Amino acid sequence: MVYLDHAATTPMLPQAAEAMTALLTHPGNASSLHAAGRRARRVVEESRETVAAALGARPSEVVFTSGGTESDNLAVKGLFWARNNADPRRRRVLVSAVEHHAVMDSALWLAQREGAVITWLPVDEAGRVSPDVLRAAIADSPDDVALATVMWANNEVGTVQPIDELAAVAHEHGVPLHTDAVQTVGQLHVDFAQSGVDAMTISGHKFGGPIGAGVLVLGRELDCVPVLHGGGQERDVRSGTLDVPAVAALAVAVELAVKEQPVRAERLAALRDDLIVRVSAEVPGARLNGDAVLDPAHRLPGNAHFSFPGCEGDALLMLLDARDIECSTGSACSAGVARPSHVLLAMGHDEARARGSLRFSLGHTSVAADVDALAAAIAPVVERARSAAAVR
Amino acid sequence: MKVLAAMSGGVDSAVAAARAIEAGHDVTGVHLALSPSPASHRNGARGCCSLEDARDARRAADVLGIPFYVWDVAERFGRDVVDDFVAEYAAGRTPNPCVRCNERIKFAAVLDRALALGFDAVCTGHYARIVDGTLHRAVDDAKDQSYVLGVLRPQQLAHAMFPLGETTKAAVRAEAGARGLGVATKPDSHDICFIPDGDTAGWLAARLGAQPGPILEAETGAVVGHHDGAYAFTVGQRRGLALSQPAADGRPRYVLDISPVTRTVTVGAIEALAVDAIVAGPPTWCGAAPELPFLGLAQLRAHGEVHACTASLDDDALVVSFHDRPSGVAPGQTAVLYDGTRVVGSATIARTLPETHCATG
Repeated sequence: MVYLDHAATTPMLPQAAEAMTALLTHPGNASSLHAAGRRARRVVEESRETVAAALGARPSEVVFTSGGTESDNLAVKGLFWARNNADPRRRRVLVSAVEHHAVMDSALWLAQREGAVITWLPVDEAGRVSPDVLRAAIADSPDDVALATVMWANNEVGTVQPIDELAAVAHEHGVPLHTDAVQTVGQLHVDFAQSGVDAMTISGHKFGGPIGAGVLVLGRELDCVPVLHGGGQERDVRSGTLDVPAVAALAVAVELAVKEQPVRAERLAALRDDLIVRVSAEVPGARLNGDAVLDPAHRLPGNAHFSFPGCEGDALLMLLDARDIECSTGSACSAGVARPSHVLLAMGHDEARARGSLRFSLGHTSVAADVDALAAAIAPVVERARSAAAVR
Repeated sequence: MKVLAAMSGGVDSAVAAARAIEAGHDVTGVHLALSPSPASHRNGARGCCSLEDARDARRAADVLGIPFYVWDVAERFGRDVVDDFVAEYAAGRTPNPCVRCNERIKFAAVLDRALALGFDAVCTGHYARIVDGTLHRAVDDAKDQSYVLGVLRPQQLAHAMFPLGETTKAAVRAEAGARGLGVATKPDSHDICFIPDGDTAGWLAARLGAQPGPILEAETGAVVGHHDGAYAFTVGQRRGLALSQPAADGRPRYVLDISPVTRTVTVGAIEALAVDAIVAGPPTWCGAAPELPFLGLAQLRAHGEVHACTASLDDDALVVSFHDRPSGVAPGQTAVLYDGTRVVGSATIARTLPETHCATG
């Protein structure tokens, strides 16, 4: 099996799995006052400190959640409500045009139900939000901005945003910036404080932690209205009994991923560069989407994203799947029917290019043989998909 | 063989896929997304393309352990089946969308794509048999679907697989249960899949708008009622006429003719519905063209009666003369010819003979 879909989820690190299984049979409720509760709380708080240290945050800024989607919902909705409560003029949400649906649909929901007004931040052909675009969007009417949200790195095409510059621009007008950093941990150097962002979404299973565990790193001074109400856990921002084994495993994974990031990123980038060269050679018409500059300031080291003109992405995926090569069309799958990716459309590509695209994403278990297998399969697969598209 | 199993989410296609696997084929399941905006749930026994059906199909494929994909054929289906359906009714004819779907989607667009992608055959849950390359009725008379497959040409049949043709529906349900397929007890789908509430007239009215016109009595030419759109009627229809005057003889009246240009619906006594012959479009032969004149059986609607007939060609047109006098034969319907259980071919009915008499002209 050749797994080239690490951006969807990556295998758990053995150390994380070990930490998790060790706790599964005696977790305890971290809110309980007795000894079992205290033991559980100690695990949680040590995990919080580990996560904070790994991500350049303070422990009090680490809010454990159920994953990236919840963190995005909490940040976008919670910050909107809090900022809007403080000043009812603040109704605008500035959203990059290439966000994950967890951010985009949260903002759309606010617009439909809570009186928010969305200002979409356009991107260039590489998928990048220019700081000037953000500056102009805020300056348009600075007093009515509730928050801005721009992902650190794009899940489909891997484009890395100039996140610290964007944070600085937002702060010129006192606007908080949330960033969905789900794709970054283990791939890029991620430092919350250094970046200047106010809220940052992290998801455990993207870097070797468990599925169902995530973090919202939330600046200490930031007021955030909860989405989930209940026992008041996690700074009163996120109620719910903590999943202690998952939290512990996430902490182990984040520590390892961050520690190994420089080496891993270099290794993945080399594999990825090889993948791009070889796919381009095997399929002369293939077009790389995203940033052509392949350094980590511009593109996630594990990401390669191609359009294969004349092909349907779903046919390519099926044909590769039949050859035991697993990748993704990278587009949102609504109703089971692949829609052309809003990310590629926002980058100015047409529907045909968007539909004929595939994402190959590398991760910690990727090896050179994976790239070899893809390079061997891609030309015949593209040829076959092209003939299938022609009969439509 | 590499087989693509079209899986609707129903019990028939799931068992068909299971049998294809058991026969040793390399099977991949595909659910055809037919609607650009599918409903989230099935509504009783109607419809077959909700998200719930797609999930049922996926679940069945998972149980069977085969790869599963959703193919978006909504655009083709919309153009070749739904738009055609509307245009046919607008022209005063009575189309069969299942026939069109088999002809243009399942065994055309989908089959062509499957072959191009390296598959050898498309497998469906239709109740029909392929015997030595020829299409035959299923053994379960009540479920037989050979009629809606009568549009398939030999080269399409050569790549079609109908594993349920030898089985009864009851046996298929039992088998689904035994195989652990959750769809074993799912109700059969009826009616037209893209009109989930079953209200064809209302669905057409929403697309064609009000086109009011008179309802005429065939014998007298008198206006006996009014309608909001001739497209809401089918030749042979009795109910829903809402006539303002009863017939002179007090007997029920039936729709005899629909003229969309003049927006006129003509009604009359049941005897006037009987036809001697039909003139249909160029035939599609499911196998070698038969020797003409062809003496055999004709079926004029899904699950309809069969009529002994003699078929011949008049230029391109298929002319079918009946030995009895079938009633309620509407232009637009498909006439399928049978030789015993073997499907010989089909053609779309253009007009009936004698032409409906209308006193006004």
